[in-house]
Amino acid sequence: MYNFEFEKPETVADAVAALAPEDAQALGGGQTLIPTLKQRLASPTTLVSLKGIAEMQGVCKGDDGSICIGGATNHATVAAEAGDYPALAETAAHIGDPAVRNRGTIGGSLANNDPSACYPAAALASGATIVTNSREIAADDYFQGMFTTALEDGEIVTEVRFPVPEKANYQKFVQPASRFALVGVFVAKYSDGVRVAITGASNDGVFRWAEAEAALTANFAPEALDGLSLSGDDMISDLHGTGAYRAHLCNVITKRAVTAAA
Amino acid sequence: MPKDGGIGASSKRREDVRFLTGVGNYTDDINIHGQAYVFFLRSDMAHGTINSVDTSAAAGMPGVVQIFTGADFEAVGSIPCGWQVTDKHGEVMQEPRHPVLAHGKVRHVGEPIAAVVAETLEQARDAAEAIELDISELPAVVDMKEALKDGAAKVHDDLNNNLCYDWGFVEENKAATDAAFEAAAHVTTLELVNNRLVANPMEPRVAVGEYARGTDEHTLYTTSQNPHVIRLLMGAFVLGIPEHKLRVVAPDVGGGFGTKIFHYQEEAFCTFAAKACNRPVKWTSSRSEAFVSDAHGRDHVTKIELALDGDNNFTALRTETYANMGAYLSTFAPSVPTWLHGTLMAGNYKTPLIYVNVKAVFTNTVPVDAYRGAGRPEATFQLERVVDKAARELGVDPVALRRQNFITEFPYATPVAVEYDTGDYHATMDKLESMIDRDGFAARRAESEKNGKLRGLGVNCYIEACGIAPSNLVGQLGARAGLYESATVRVNATGGLVVMTGSHSHGQGHETSFAQVVAEMIGIDENMVEIVHGDTSKVPMGMGTYGSRSLAVGGSAMVRATEKIINKAKKIASHLLEASEGDIELKDGAFSVAGTDKSVAWGDVTLAAYVPHNYPLEDIEPGLEETAFYDPSNFTYPSGAYACEVEVDPETGKVTIERFAAADDFGNIVNPMIVTGQVHGGLAQGIGQALLENCSYDENGQLLSASYMDYAMPRADDLPMFDVDHSCQTPCTHNPLGVKGCGEAGAIGSPPSVVNAVVDALQSAGKDVTHIDMPLSPDRVWAAMQ
Repeated sequence: MYNFEFEKPETVADAVAALAPEDAQALGGGQTLIPTLKQRLASPTTLVSLKGIAEMQGVCKGDDGSICIGGATNHATVAAEAGDYPALAETAAHIGDPAVRNRGTIGGSLANNDPSACYPAAALASGATIVTNSREIAADDYFQGMFTTALEDGEIVTEVRFPVPEKANYQKFVQPASRFALVGVFVAKYSDGVRVAITGASNDGVFRWAEAEAALTANFAPEALDGLSLSGDDMISDLHGTGAYRAHLCNVITKRAVTAAA
Repeated sequence: MPKDGGIGASSKRREDVRFLTGVGNYTDDINIHGQAYVFFLRSDMAHGTINSVDTSAAAGMPGVVQIFTGADFEAVGSIPCGWQVTDKHGEVMQEPRHPVLAHGKVRHVGEPIAAVVAETLEQARDAAEAIELDISELPAVVDMKEALKDGAAKVHDDLNNNLCYDWGFVEENKAATDAAFEAAAHVTTLELVNNRLVANPMEPRVAVGEYARGTDEHTLYTTSQNPHVIRLLMGAFVLGIPEHKLRVVAPDVGGGFGTKIFHYQEEAFCTFAAKACNRPVKWTSSRSEAFVSDAHGRDHVTKIELALDGDNNFTALRTETYANMGAYLSTFAPSVPTWLHGTLMAGNYKTPLIYVNVKAVFTNTVPVDAYRGAGRPEATFQLERVVDKAARELGVDPVALRRQNFITEFPYATPVAVEYDTGDYHATMDKLESMIDRDGFAARRAESEKNGKLRGLGVNCYIEACGIAPSNLVGQLGARAGLYESATVRVNATGGLVVMTGSHSHGQGHETSFAQVVAEMIGIDENMVEIVHGDTSKVPMGMGTYGSRSLAVGGSAMVRATEKIINKAKKIASHLLEASEGDIELKDGAFSVAGTDKSVAWGDVTLAAYVPHNYPLEDIEPGLEETAFYDPSNFTYPSGAYACEVEVDPETGKVTIERFAAADDFGNIVNPMIVTGQVHGGLAQGIGQALLENCSYDENGQLLSASYMDYAMPRADDLPMFDVDHSCQTPCTHNPLGVKGCGEAGAIGSPPSVVNAVVDALQSAGKDVTHIDMPLSPDRVWAAMQ
């Protein structure tokens, strides 16, 4: 780890100001950033912790019934307090291990957009709104490829709003070593249709499976996915599975999510 | 009735008090006044020519004490190899120089090129980043068969090629073995990989070097399984320090699994640098460094053939194995695929003819050496897989085929040069069958199928050879070391004992089980016996702990030393009791005169030894301290039968272990609880190899599984509750305790039954799958089913 300055502002405004210098870096729970720093793969001049900002903490219910989660809320809190959206609470309850869940934050996860992380699938399948210090971004516009998002430099995820679906479920088939998602599928059924988001599989990061959504909107049952398949060509191929294997799992795991949700 | 102390009691591990309450004394806990820290700049390239290492900018960085490169070690010896194998033509193996710091070339990712000693670790790291390396990349040699082709890049330019040796065993049997294959009614052939593993002990390696200028004495604190071996190898062959000026201490060590047997460059460096810098020098491996600098395990590619006659009797066995040595020869690397592997190929079976060929190959990868089981898991895996495959090809019950070919008469001389003293393979198989409810398997399979899962049952046997011995034999086989063990028993005046043993405990619980043995012999409370190990300044020359040898060899030395103590104490007692020595009996901590009520307590005798007022000074010396060295006359041969029941999810390929049973014969048992724990740990590692662990290099020699993000260690929830039994006991005939050793059995015996079970599950669904290479990760199982 290289030396850096450390700031812990108490308001979003102060955090934005602290992040103005080019080499300043926001720090959520540090579950990705701290290991990166320890390996000397990043060298920010200033780390700006978002953990001291009260307005970015906690779970509440919006006027429209959506679940609103402060950007600096850790996974354990979401697991415990987002019971009005059970599939979301369950997703949070199975991220990493207890240490990760008590440090890692939803804002940090979404800002990092790891291609195997769980929250991007939940946010994209839920059609969540990513609220930042300066604007609101629809999930469909937010995720732009692995480790890439619509966030500008210094922009902070202050809140995430999840419309609560009629039915939903997240199924994660884990990579044996890291236990990140080898393929993770979040299925959410809303009155106006079904959304399916898949993490872990694609070289482009989290994505929606349009054909599956159409089929499930017509018939929310696992059989609706019979015969549907994704190409493995653009899927991640590594030590833990080929693209073809991941493409196959997308179908299997989506069916399981639908079964569990139905 | 369970005993509450002594041999056979499940005494609680006394060392756990300090381990579990955070007051152990591990090497990284040792901090010496004035200590500096070393950071090793390691190669990120698998193979390259070093054109220059420019340290000029780094040398001026804050906190830098001194920077070392390969040139600083030109006058220093090569890291030695402790075993010389002679090949099938009678030629000795090719043995390359192994420098402390890379010089001329880098040969694997992780090889240290330069070392920065600085006031703090961060300063050392900062300075290391300022070192300018000019290295020309060379083609990497990774695949063993490619490495042996004409024109392949050479790992070592001064060797003829990348072949370390081409070993044939037993060469005289080759023609007869080949003839038996010609005459066979059935031949089963299997090609397989024994996957490369990273040992991953919980505690990474650490070394602290210290030099006392006033007395010219060196001390090395290190995470070692055998401090005396390190003292000899490093002192005599690398640094030229006589043993009376070199102390090696291996304090509490957090797991070794083989990878802490070996002498590593970092130990030599810290010892050397402590004198050069006149500062204590400390190195603590990061987990990332451990992946690319701890010796790896396994990595064999094998073709095995089994010949059977028309009655399904095994008539011959033939194997060809490529064994990866990595870039250099680690301490015992050459012995693993040869004498620890070829000699085990008979397994539990009376196969009359066996021929084993092993080609050991240099590659641009981390050196490979012994890892829990060391050669014996590789032998067991291929043998038990090919027997299972044969049973399936012949349509016979795999258990029945094994039983039909079991060795039943002991002692038994195998065609691969070892003699099993005892064993009862039907007994362990009977026990296993009583544990696994084989009759209920069909119903369990039907239940699984109802849930869309496939269920399989796999069984295997194993035999292993522990307590490697005797020294004069292993010397003929190429060992450059003796394989005895030592013990000194020091009795204090008030009757307490300190036993200094050359065995080293790094998780095995010796401090408990060794005390049980001595306490039992004298008939005193275990708490009167203290076990000391791991410090060459306290313990007589000993060979350390590996190969499940500690109780069989180290325990035997302790028994011999304690016998000497008892003999002398009887002489003292006979004087005190005014009786003939031959009439003195020792029982429950008191000496008595046979047939009388006259007795004297243990403590009165020991006091007399040190306050010899009423004492036969004309006949015996005062004091009560004895040393014994024990050199075993044979290996010990633990054996057993294991069964694994799996469920396979045919949609994803995921394997879940539903049941696992192990019936072992370890001979006599000192502490059943510790034995059970050893088996549990071994099973976890064996199942880890079978399902999860995969040390994988790409074609450029980059380690793909270089962290826990990609290297899957077994976790508790990957494993079922184990059903473990060690009630079948055929005591070893040639050591005084009748013990055989239990440390490696689980890791040796478990992989084949896992794979056998998965193959059984897939074949139950009509899949034409006869083998899947480990680890049986979901993607591999799924791919095999397509």
